Amino acid sequence: MSTTVSMEAALLLAGILFMLGLISVLIRRNIIFMLISVEIMLNATGLAFIVAGTRWVQPDGQIMFIFILTMAAAEVSVGLALILQIYHQLKTLDSDAANFMKG
Amino acid sequence: MELTFYIAAAVAILSTVMVITRYNMIHALLYLVVSFLAVAVVFFTLGAPFMAALEVIIYAGAIVVLIIFVIMMLNMTQEDVQREKEWLQPATWVGPAILSAVLLAELVYIVVAADTPAAGAVVAVDAKFVGLALFGPYILGVQLSGILLTAGIVGAYHLGRQKKKVIHRFLQERSAAA
Amino acid sequence: MENLLWLIPALPFLGATLLVLFGTRLSKTLAAVIGVGSVGVSALITLLLGIGFLSARPAFYHQEVWQWFSVADFNPSIAFHLDALSMVFIFVITFVGFLIHLYATAYMADEPDFSRFFACMNLFVGSMLVLVMADNLLLLYLGWEGVGLCSYLLIGFWYKEPANGYAARKAFIITRVGDTAMAIGLFMLFQLFGTLNIQTILAEAPEAWAVGSQMAVIVALLLLGGAVGKSGQLPLQTWLPDAMAGPTPVSALIHAATMVTAGVYLIARMYVVFELAPVAQLTVAIVGAVTLLLAGFSALTQYDLKRVLAYSTISQIGYMFLALGVGAWSAGIFHFMIHAFFKALLFLCAGAIILTLHHEQDMRQMGGLRKSMPVVFWTFLIGAASLAALPLITAGFYSKDQILWYTLAGPGGNVWLYAAGLAGAFITSIYTFRMVFMTFYGESKTHVSHPPGKRITVPLIILAILSVVGGFIELPHNFGHVVLFSDLLAPVLPGITAGKILAANEWLFQLLAALFSLGGVFVAYLFYLKSPSLLRSVKRSGTAMALHRFWHTGWGFDALYNTLFVQPYVYLSNINKRDVIDSFYTGLARVAEGFHVMFSQTQNGILRNYVMGIVVGAIMILTISLLL
Repeated sequence: MSTTVSMEAALLLAGILFMLGLISVLIRRNIIFMLISVEIMLNATGLAFIVAGTRWVQPDGQIMFIFILTMAAAEVSVGLALILQIYHQLKTLDSDAANFMKG
Repeated sequence: MELTFYIAAAVAILSTVMVITRYNMIHALLYLVVSFLAVAVVFFTLGAPFMAALEVIIYAGAIVVLIIFVIMMLNMTQEDVQREKEWLQPATWVGPAILSAVLLAELVYIVVAADTPAAGAVVAVDAKFVGLALFGPYILGVQLSGILLTAGIVGAYHLGRQKKKVIHRFLQERSAAA
Repeated sequence: MENLLWLIPALPFLGATLLVLFGTRLSKTLAAVIGVGSVGVSALITLLLGIGFLSARPAFYHQEVWQWFSVADFNPSIAFHLDALSMVFIFVITFVGFLIHLYATAYMADEPDFSRFFACMNLFVGSMLVLVMADNLLLLYLGWEGVGLCSYLLIGFWYKEPANGYAARKAFIITRVGDTAMAIGLFMLFQLFGTLNIQTILAEAPEAWAVGSQMAVIVALLLLGGAVGKSGQLPLQTWLPDAMAGPTPVSALIHAATMVTAGVYLIARMYVVFELAPVAQLTVAIVGAVTLLLAGFSALTQYDLKRVLAYSTISQIGYMFLALGVGAWSAGIFHFMIHAFFKALLFLCAGAIILTLHHEQDMRQMGGLRKSMPVVFWTFLIGAASLAALPLITAGFYSKDQILWYTLAGPGGNVWLYAAGLAGAFITSIYTFRMVFMTFYGESKTHVSHPPGKRITVPLIILAILSVVGGFIELPHNFGHVVLFSDLLAPVLPGITAGKILAANEWLFQLLAALFSLGGVFVAYLFYLKSPSLLRSVKRSGTAMALHRFWHTGWGFDALYNTLFVQPYVYLSNINKRDVIDSFYTGLARVAEGFHVMFSQTQNGILRNYVMGIVVGAIMILTISLLL
């Protein structure tokens, strides 16, 4: 395992993945796609933490990744439940349809 | 190993691009799995094999599968794919893409311009240290994560229940009038 | 004994609070009991304190209740200082106040806003007591403004009549002119002495200022400004006749006996400052002399019973100012006390007449009331005699004669001032007995409904007695030589000695004063009773009628002020109708509204737009941090 991986390159990868996720959030109207995009962004953030942890040879980066993972799991389960509700109420997955802010 | 990293990175970026451009949700999810797997390889090259395993199991496994289940429940058809195509016009995505490109350029500039010391050899931080730290100084965080997961379960159950559609009485009157 | 001090003003305040809080739910009887009772208990405590004070003869009682506030070096406290001067004032305020309250329970019996009336009256009594018992000028100023407020509330008591509200505002605004001058005077005193404690200022002033120094004159004149406004003296006297719009007990208590004499109290209280500023003191005397003449002439021409009394009040306070101005401090205060008795009495009698005649105030519609209202007639006659200073028997003679004597013979004496005072005395007795003859003699013109009850007549009788015997506690040197009153005041206010040459002939001047007042009565008798044709022939001449009109309108001061101040002000405010300065702020509001519209557009519920907002914000923050 004694190889050299450029940290800049790894961080750039994280940045690019994050941006792709962000673009997707911005351009998609389908709520499920937005959820997927958020997962991509979370994953990219986790990658940045791992890179930092490796750079300093500390376990903290990996621990943050575990936390992010936990959070992502909880978020996706609640998010999917919400999506199911929205779909039942509105009969569509269009996020723009849910704009009347009334319960 | 370095080559492995670059190949995995390239795969990750490509597959993510594919994810965000697909019209069919299932196709997008398959690419997403590929993206997660590629990131897992990147983790491995960065000396975090345990995290690579978790990435595969939880992201590529649990989360994506969960989403697929939901999509199956929603009963997507070809019409939905068609509508997705209508929604994703260049006019829609050019603006956000430019903005994000600006943001990315700034991030790149920050990363490159930062005076980082030359990277040495990658030293693996193995699972033992992570576990020790996790149940040592971070024990509070672990407990909070447990609570968060519990809340997630309860919340998902509560929200996901199929309830009779309730319309507020005011709205009912209005719809009756309409 | 000292510990009871705070109760005196606190009780009326308590009464006012109770009446304000529960007034609408109380029965009239209960409201009257609270309103009269609080002042009555206060009067009893005053009596108790007074007995202690007179027997032990301490220099003063002092009680610090609590520290009011503390700002840097300025630590005024709620503290009461009771010396002989305040003693005289609180005695008059609580006793005369009590009698007037008692009278008011009958006078206002049919009034729906009964408890509001008594709440205001109690508040007034409390504020007035704070004014005269205050240990520092700030607390005095609190009382000063408090009585001003109550005056406003009570003049406008029948607020449904627009004229009453106008009179109330007029009183409030005109006195405010004087109050502003006084406030500036207080600022200067604080600037110079670093404290507003009255005793400290009085002690330090002679060391700080030479006699006639510029600062002393300025401060004294500013204080005089406040006194002039409150006491209805020239040039701020125009509010007092209009203030008669209030109920008659209010006129008796506030606009005759107590509040309007606050200016006299202020000058007497700060006498050291005035002694250090002879110019200002002379101004006081001149203001007093001119005012007493002007108001006297105006009183001659009024037909409204209460307006005659109002002008007479202005005139009598002019006498007090005259006394203070020539350094006859104790004489001024003595006249205040006697005046409070007989003027309250006259007002209350007037109120009884007005009530009996169904709110008829015009004297031309009265007449012949001597038979139908004997108690009111006799008491009114006693009050009138006292006001006209009929010699030997009335209290007014002794107090006014003292003033006249010192105006001539005192160290600040002056023949011109004396002449003005003497002429004033002549006019006073003319208008006083004009009032008596027009009201009580001749043929009756209005039906008398019912004679006044006990609660009205008893205060009248008590005040009538006081108006007679009150004078016997201070008799001239050559005539009994009783000096109880000036002895009482001697520790607080400096005495006065008459010039030697004149002193030998004091009786001559007393005779002169007596003759003038009797002459006035005779003139009134001649014109209004004996041969009214004489009056008619005078009235036929054009100049006399023009003069009559001029005096009737109070020497045209209202018109003068209207052209000098009101009209330019209205003109200017018409120019600035659109409010130039405010347009900037309205502009700001418009801009804020514009932004509001803009931002509420963004609140459209479309999730992607929100995310876009976050991205744009992130870009901006990153860009800024990179650029810096």
